[in-house]
Amino acid sequence: MSRTQHIIPSGIVFLVGCWVAWISFTQQPVEAFLFPRMISMVFVALAGWTFAKALLGKSKVGLGLSRTMVINLAPGLLVMLVYVFWAAKGLGFYTATAGAFFILLSLYDPASHSDIKTWVKRGIITAVFVAVMYGLFAQLLSVYTPREVLF
Amino acid sequence: MEFIYYFGDVFSPLSFMLLLGGTIGGLILGATPGLSPTMAVALLIPFTFQLEAAQGLILLGAAYTSTVAGGAVSAILLKIPGAPANIATTLDGHTMAKKGQGAKALQLSFLASAVGGVFGVLLLIFLTPVLSDWALAFGPSHLFWLAILGVTVIGSLDSASVVKGLLSGCIGLWLATIGFDDIMGAQRFIFHPSLGGGINIIAALIGLFAIPQVLTMFAKGRQVDGAEVIEVQKHSVLAATRELIRWPRALTIGTLTGSIIGLIPGVGGQIAGLVAYDQSKKFSPEKDKFGTGHPEGVIAAESANNAMVGPSLVPLLTLSIPGSPTAAVLLGGLLIHGIFPGTDLFDNHPDVAWTFINSMLIGQVLMCIFGLYVAGLAARVAQVPQSVMAAVVLSLSVFGAYSVQSSMGDVYVMACLGLGMFFLERFGFSAAPLVLGLILGPIAEANFTQGSMIANATVGQASYFFSGPLNLFLIFVVIASIAYSVWMELRSRRTTTKEEALA
Repeated sequence: MSRTQHIIPSGIVFLVGCWVAWISFTQQPVEAFLFPRMISMVFVALAGWTFAKALLGKSKVGLGLSRTMVINLAPGLLVMLVYVFWAAKGLGFYTATAGAFFILLSLYDPASHSDIKTWVKRGIITAVFVAVMYGLFAQLLSVYTPREVLF
Repeated sequence: MEFIYYFGDVFSPLSFMLLLGGTIGGLILGATPGLSPTMAVALLIPFTFQLEAAQGLILLGAAYTSTVAGGAVSAILLKIPGAPANIATTLDGHTMAKKGQGAKALQLSFLASAVGGVFGVLLLIFLTPVLSDWALAFGPSHLFWLAILGVTVIGSLDSASVVKGLLSGCIGLWLATIGFDDIMGAQRFIFHPSLGGGINIIAALIGLFAIPQVLTMFAKGRQVDGAEVIEVQKHSVLAATRELIRWPRALTIGTLTGSIIGLIPGVGGQIAGLVAYDQSKKFSPEKDKFGTGHPEGVIAAESANNAMVGPSLVPLLTLSIPGSPTAAVLLGGLLIHGIFPGTDLFDNHPDVAWTFINSMLIGQVLMCIFGLYVAGLAARVAQVPQSVMAAVVLSLSVFGAYSVQSSMGDVYVMACLGLGMFFLERFGFSAAPLVLGLILGPIAEANFTQGSMIANATVGQASYFFSGPLNLFLIFVVIASIAYSVWMELRSRRTTTKEEALA
């Protein structure tokens, strides 16, 4: 794993640590920030140590991310982000779940994409899954989720 | 012997159905690689909202117990451990299955799990009230140090890098401070409206445990797992019981090792299984047979990883300090019902506490009975493509996080924490100390504030927090656990360097 791969996450964690420390030591009232101050000192010290190790190329723990992993991950991550941050509220939970579930199945299912039967199978699995989720959450647990399109 | 009075509550129709459902469901979930016991319990929490506290805990406890045992199914039949706790089971279990002794290996694993599990729960039953009385002596300073101890022990022992483990704990402690301060009412670190009420524990647990798994499955791409399920021939349960009795050494070593390891915060089932396997091998006259499909290996590993379940809950129920990530998730399950574990749990809510513990005892027996029948089905479920599992877990996470408070903010928090944790895990950070920090943060802060007030009115902060035998003992354990982990890390690094030089 390259040094840059370690520098980026440890750098972000270090910046977050510094931000936490800055807020903790500048905000009022002091009493409310006593505990955050204590944590932030340890936070900055440990994050600084980790960042320094990464800069010196001595950070070795972790599997990192390979190019193939990123390529595999990207479409699923994109679907997840759209589903969580827009579709669930914008389209309604059940419609968004049906869409996201079907797209994810289609993207990652090892079965052939040229065979019509596999598409039918994916459609059936999606329909059954959404029906189960509806039964569990809407009927059994009476959770009222946002509903926009269809149901 | 107060626990006997509450046995009847486990057999009320709904409680028993939940116990049965949790056990069978847990066995199937446990057999599915990638679905860890902690994640399974976290995803089940939203389903307990409408239940009474005891019933909710019965469901969570049954799932916890049986997912650990269910992991043996895929370890034996597919050579894929369902959970890290089942790694040692794979060594002999799968070889036995390849030799046509799959049924025998499964039976031995469930019987050994039941023996270990029952012993562990009995330990929980008899140790908890004693420790509970002892815990009455704990003041704010002790509880503060105990909360810090919980984070540091798990941070140093559970992570590949001590510094990154402790840093994960620090991040968790900081996340716990987000929201309004309890005493002054001041806003702290609220940089998005979703964080106004602080970070919801349940949403955070779902995000931290489920989303990284989902993303890991995505990262594998359209891969075919290719693991072949070994067919299981019929084998008499009576013969398996006789076989289990033939190996009392492995059963005893496994059960005792698992129970002791379970009591140590931060040391999970994976360690219990591997240590028990290693110790049984050392003491066995047939040590050469280990790894070649020897029943002792399966018995030792499985009795150990289930024996640690009960004792791992002792610190949670007595001191409200979860000793493991799964115990932390169970704490979340208690908190949503307004029940705070600790010294007075058995005085204020004896029905909840004892019904939960008793259900775990009965759950062990049910797991043993149904495990043998569900194994075949569980192995088939374990073959479900990762694409389906990822989509199912993602949807359950979104619905689960939303259903906590019917808030989209919780869904966003769940997704952000999960996404962040996935990337952090890839670089050696660990979810367990972060979760412990998040859960123990409010306990540490509340006791720190309370302790500071007492200290200012009496002996001063330094004397209050750094004197007294119990304070000093807890500080010593904090330092010792960190020092031990640093020493282990340096030793392992030295060994690796030597090996690299030799290569």
